[in-house]
Amino acid sequence: MPRKPLLEFTDRGIYCPQGKFYIDPWKPVDDAVITHAHSDHAYLGHKHYLAHHLSREVLKYRLGDIQLQTIAYGETINKNGVEITLFPAGHVIGSAQVRVVYQGEVWVVSGDYKTEADGVCEPFEPVKCHHFISECTFGMPVYQWKPQQQLFDEMNNWWRQNLENNLATVVVGYSLGKAQRILQNLDLFNGKVYTHGVIENTNEALRRNGIELQPTTRITPDTPKEEVRKGIILAPPSAVGSAWMRKFGPYSFGYCSGWMALRGAKRRRAADRGFVLSDHADWNGLISAIDATGCECVYLTHGYTASFTRYLNEIGFNAREVHTLYGTEEEEAASPQDSPTNLPKGEASNEGEVNKVLSAGEDLGEVGILGGAKDLGEAKGGAI
Amino acid sequence: MKAFAQLFLSLDETNKTNEKVKVLKDYFNCVPDTDKMHMLALFTGRKSKRQINSTQFRLWAIEALKIPSWLFEESYHVVGDLAETIALLFPQNNTGGSSKTLTEWIAEINNLSTYGDEEKRHWLQQSWQLLDTQERFVFNKILTGSFRVGVSQSLVVKAIADIADLDAAVLTHRIMGNWRPEDYTFRELIQPQQEAEDISRPYPFFLAYPIQETSTVQKSVEDLQQTLGEASEWQAEWKWDGIRAQLIKRDGQLFIWSRGEDLSTDRFPELHPFMNELPDGTVLDGEILSFRQGKPLPFNVLQARIGRKNLSKKILEESPVALIAYDCLEYEGKDIREKTQTERRELLEHLQAKTAYPDVFNISTLIDFDSWESLSRKRQQSREMIAEGIMLKRKSATYQVGRKRGDWWKWKIDPLSVDAVMIYAQKGHGRRADLYTDYTFAVWDGDKLVPFAKAYSGLTDAEINKVDAFVKRNTLEKFGPVRTVKPELVFEIGFEGINKSTRHKSGVALRFPRILRWRHDKPKEEADTIETLKAFLE
Ligand SMILES: [Zn+2]
Ligand SMILES: [Zn+2]
Repeated sequence: MPRKPLLEFTDRGIYCPQGKFYIDPWKPVDDAVITHAHSDHAYLGHKHYLAHHLSREVLKYRLGDIQLQTIAYGETINKNGVEITLFPAGHVIGSAQVRVVYQGEVWVVSGDYKTEADGVCEPFEPVKCHHFISECTFGMPVYQWKPQQQLFDEMNNWWRQNLENNLATVVVGYSLGKAQRILQNLDLFNGKVYTHGVIENTNEALRRNGIELQPTTRITPDTPKEEVRKGIILAPPSAVGSAWMRKFGPYSFGYCSGWMALRGAKRRRAADRGFVLSDHADWNGLISAIDATGCECVYLTHGYTASFTRYLNEIGFNAREVHTLYGTEEEEAASPQDSPTNLPKGEASNEGEVNKVLSAGEDLGEVGILGGAKDLGEAKGGAI
Repeated sequence: MKAFAQLFLSLDETNKTNEKVKVLKDYFNCVPDTDKMHMLALFTGRKSKRQINSTQFRLWAIEALKIPSWLFEESYHVVGDLAETIALLFPQNNTGGSSKTLTEWIAEINNLSTYGDEEKRHWLQQSWQLLDTQERFVFNKILTGSFRVGVSQSLVVKAIADIADLDAAVLTHRIMGNWRPEDYTFRELIQPQQEAEDISRPYPFFLAYPIQETSTVQKSVEDLQQTLGEASEWQAEWKWDGIRAQLIKRDGQLFIWSRGEDLSTDRFPELHPFMNELPDGTVLDGEILSFRQGKPLPFNVLQARIGRKNLSKKILEESPVALIAYDCLEYEGKDIREKTQTERRELLEHLQAKTAYPDVFNISTLIDFDSWESLSRKRQQSREMIAEGIMLKRKSATYQVGRKRGDWWKWKIDPLSVDAVMIYAQKGHGRRADLYTDYTFAVWDGDKLVPFAKAYSGLTDAEINKVDAFVKRNTLEKFGPVRTVKPELVFEIGFEGINKSTRHKSGVALRFPRILRWRHDKPKEEADTIETLKAFLE
């Protein structure tokens, strides 16, 4: 009788029947292994959590008092005879790929990952395996990232220009991951870094975890506006278009996300500057990462799963599409505020002039606004 | 090309008018004069002949990219723009892009007409490899003739006017009409006095500003008095629903320009006899309409004719056209746009009085009214007049450039509207490529919903986001890019006109359908019926 697969896809998440644990489950379970602290991977309500050491404080900040065990990269834990080892995923600080081994059969769950070393978190490390469960948020060939140095040079120049033009500078990025990556690459010769509370809470959690970050100042109602305008403001996507952000105007605001690669998405974000900066692998990154595992079979969990699976099969991989609830959280949590700019209506439109849209709340750094966003209604679990 | 690509990017990155003008000026200040004229031609929608068709364009891209064609098509679907898709699909190169100027690139493109397909393919694929992503994008835009920028012509004119210290209206006039960047120099464009005027050149159209009304909020007599002042200072005419046109007779030659700045002299042969009779140095502004027995016909009759490539005898018989003139811009060879509305009207009447073709050379009748109240009543007759409403022109006004608030107003009759249910949705294009923005609407026919109109404008961005989320969660079926959605949302759809149609399931075809508002208050059962819609046909 053929053995059951070591990992299966259920309506609670990825499950290991032999080891009796789940990886990134989205419904309450007894034993959860968490790849990273983003909320579409780390849900509240499990009895026991296992994650990387550097996820500890952020998980506690986000989920409260949970029963959490943390381990180092390369350290192995045994659950009911199944070996679990974490490897760096290069996605955000503390993010891990989970390797699961039982009787010589090796599975790796990537969580979210990127292949470019960002200088902030431990770089992605390819792990040999038989079965690789991968994301493919940016699994279309139109997504090709530039080296981050080039982007940060542009960002620092833009900041300097804003200072010359008496504009405040607001950079928007997701609070865990993007914010720290930006922070560590800012040229503080230009000025000080001011942070939105949500980002500063995450920074503080990371500092408690022993991470050294460049100095930041939390913006409070007492922070003098004129001081803030001389520095740079780090804000989460939910702040875009808010009264909180408007009070620092006039400003130029930059949006950091992989979706900024497309003009349409960039316009929709209403950003003055779009920085194509992602914590996910681009097209070439995904293919090289999958190739490096030497896997017999690759499962695609979220992103452009259908097209990417088809392409991988055409070029000789054995790829399958699976449905999960990853990559949905930010969109679900989003309650877009009313936009201050209306679309042109009939004849009242200014011909040729571009109307920009402000819709706050969504974080594009994580969630596909294109084919990437799997509708919750469509997502189902099921064993492979 | 580098500067041009950067210009495009910088314009994309700002929505502030002042910054756009600054970016345009920076561009003009750093490129050669010939580049300036090519840029101006592109930004004012002058297209040169397309040298590579879209099938070749796709095919050669797929071949050079070495990707399966389905993946290319899916990429296109994600991006929503062919030029951008190809720009993104090529690997990022580190060659630093191309050092050739815009002028040099356009010369190469025009030179393609001497190439065979094989040479074209080679040239195109090599160019793609050479250019960087942003350059590749504008290059593709130029090559496919799909160049559209988020910048109005008036901003470009303002930038040049500032640099050259010229009046913007003068410049606007100088960039009208038929010119090619290859033989119109920047120097000529900006010199204080132009010697050799192009005799075909039209004047920029003066456009009316709408008096905003919806089906529920109407302007009162008091509102009109407050905004416009005394009724006696105004001239009122019917607002005709035809093709806005400028008719020029100079040096014995005729030119007919339509509002879109297309030279359409040959499209309207019926107008030539009366124009030939006009004195040289005459320019008229008016509306071209289909007429029968002295009465204007609905716009769709004219539309059927515009759609035809060849004007057959049958077409000319079925929808003969005539002019309703309402302004005179040049008289005895002199630009008279600075004269008052009343003075220009007198000269126009004088010209028309002498015509031997009064059936074709009509003059727009002035509506007799002594108060805003009596005009409001007259306006109710618009539909009987086959007019869209009323035009108001201040008697003391000069003829200005573009859409200006103040002296010319259009006051349309109540928009026609019905409440309808959204049943299909499709993704938008360009900046909306990732959102469901194009909707199909239906009304009840018994217990079935019949689609009758497609509309995509009229909602706020916040509403679009909500509808988009609804569509994604309530998809019943997908065919290609179209999703069938659960019939639930009700919208008020406004339109300009309605005609019988055998081609549509509903039996009617609407003109300019648009979304007036989202009827959150109405359940789908309370949407209108096909009978309501057909009642508008009378
Ligand atoms: Zn993540
Ligand atoms: Zn994720």
